[in-house]
Amino acid sequence: MSGGGFGSYVRRAHLAGDLVVQPRMGMSDPALMRAGLLATKAAAGRTVGTVTLDSYTRVNDLESAGLALLEGVPLNGYPIVSHDLETTRRVLDGIHGPDFPVQVRHGSAAPLDIFRALLRVGLDASEGGPVSYCLPYGRIPLRESVRNWSRSCELFSRLRELGREPHLETFGGCMLGQLCPPSQLVAISALEALFFHQHGLRSISASYAQQTHREQDLEAVFALRRLCAELLPGTDWHVVVYAYMGVYPTTPHGALALLGEAAELAAATGSERLIVKTVAESVRIPTVAENVAALEHAAARAARTERVADGGGDSQTYAEAAALVSAVLNLDPDVGRAMLLAFQRGYLDIPYCLHPDNQGRTRSYLDGEGRLRWADIGRLPLAGVVEAGESRTVSSGELLGALSHIRWKYDDGAIAAGPGHALAGGAA
Amino acid sequence: MPLPDEPAPVERGETVPDERGGSGAAVARKAPAVAKRDATVIVAGGTSDSHTWNLVFLQLLLEELGFDVVNLGPCVPTELLVRESLAHRPALLVVSSVNGHGYQDGIRMIGKVRERAELRAVPAVIGGKLGIEGAQSAEQLAELIAAGYDAVFDDGAEGIASFQRLLDSLPQRVLT
Repeated sequence: MSGGGFGSYVRRAHLAGDLVVQPRMGMSDPALMRAGLLATKAAAGRTVGTVTLDSYTRVNDLESAGLALLEGVPLNGYPIVSHDLETTRRVLDGIHGPDFPVQVRHGSAAPLDIFRALLRVGLDASEGGPVSYCLPYGRIPLRESVRNWSRSCELFSRLRELGREPHLETFGGCMLGQLCPPSQLVAISALEALFFHQHGLRSISASYAQQTHREQDLEAVFALRRLCAELLPGTDWHVVVYAYMGVYPTTPHGALALLGEAAELAAATGSERLIVKTVAESVRIPTVAENVAALEHAAARAARTERVADGGGDSQTYAEAAALVSAVLNLDPDVGRAMLLAFQRGYLDIPYCLHPDNQGRTRSYLDGEGRLRWADIGRLPLAGVVEAGESRTVSSGELLGALSHIRWKYDDGAIAAGPGHALAGGAA
Repeated sequence: MPLPDEPAPVERGETVPDERGGSGAAVARKAPAVAKRDATVIVAGGTSDSHTWNLVFLQLLLEELGFDVVNLGPCVPTELLVRESLAHRPALLVVSSVNGHGYQDGIRMIGKVRERAELRAVPAVIGGKLGIEGAQSAEQLAELIAAGYDAVFDDGAEGIASFQRLLDSLPQRVLT
């Protein structure tokens, strides 16, 4: 595959035996953003840079983003559309290049302006997806999101005409952050990867976010790798693992232990990249130093981890994910239309997701071993694949318990291992 | 305010206690025996905030306490909040935000609500992680109150308890 881009950097690192580690970092102040990128680049470990955009830019509220810049109000990310071209070029100058690619992260269901802005400053890597940046995240109808993402992918993939290799990562493996059973995360991530492929991308990564149970997560990442191999011929693809996206442990020891397990999950499955979380995650947006510490911790842990062989055969997670993918792809040869139809029919259905285009018939729960399972499959085409259980009513306390399970497990583990010190700087 | 990234207002443990401290398995069926209140609460995420677990939790909690809930979901435009408030005349308006823009979003949202004479007396509260740097300053909390909120629940373990006390104090009928 052609050299120079984000995907080829990750490929080279993988061939050299390194897991690429990456922060989720974005500041509205250009000087801080540049300092964050420099610190990421200098961190011990094979890193790539991140420019995460702010929430106003994400929802296309450019007026509020612009106003905040004028008034000097700090935002929760870098407003790439509102900062002028020269400002962003200065942020990236001498940092971004073949030895340190930078990815723009946003979360927009209407990302065309964002893609235009990142192309103008010479960037060539981003992430998202028509489903994963729409359903959990806002009010834009899924149909519009599919249309917006089709246009954005087509614009972005034209970089190939210039001899560059644009890279897109699916966010589908992270739907809702937590409590979506792994098989559906894998299915949506694989389908979004195929969507990118149908719209011209040839350098793609598929995400999967660490969930609640180690063995189940291993199954899920192997299932995702197998589906990508099946669905993306002639494509330079890799898998990116996200450290847990749900309610995060509050103790430094608990937070680092959970991050370490994410690094182990990535390295053990032969995955190529990891998005880290920091010890500050539970209370506020982390500092640059906290991000660097997380990157270094994850890289060191990954370097000590042995590969695990895929057990072969169809795991439960693979069987469910493959059944979802094939049912969706049977609806229409165009994967965008197929995904729309799938949500209309309930063939894809995210538990607890409030979006009007999601049927909301499915429910999930944590079993006694901490595996994430289906409490109700709604109309998912999983009859015969998932054992039909009694559908359950979940109370607010039970939901909070399931949402907090990982925090309790790791914080309690941390407390048992010795008193941690309280994290300064945030509300307890 | 109960939030995904907030210390849970319940006892720690592998099983899941309910809010009153009773213990139950994570998947046990429960039959909350709560009288209906004949009152609607509108739950809304901040205008720029995509988080939803906080909203899902609030909906379940409010329903268990007998309220009807209109959950407007994440990223609620101010006009939608005003329109839905006029249509439902809620007993309470709850804005919940965790993305760090809650302070700015929240002030704009309540400003537009309070511009309508019909909505001037509707009780309204906001809570969550309202800024990007952890706890709010006393000044920011005061500004949210000045802008029109009746209570602000800052990010903290005490949040849920004081929120429930407020819910208990609401009249058991529709406000008009």
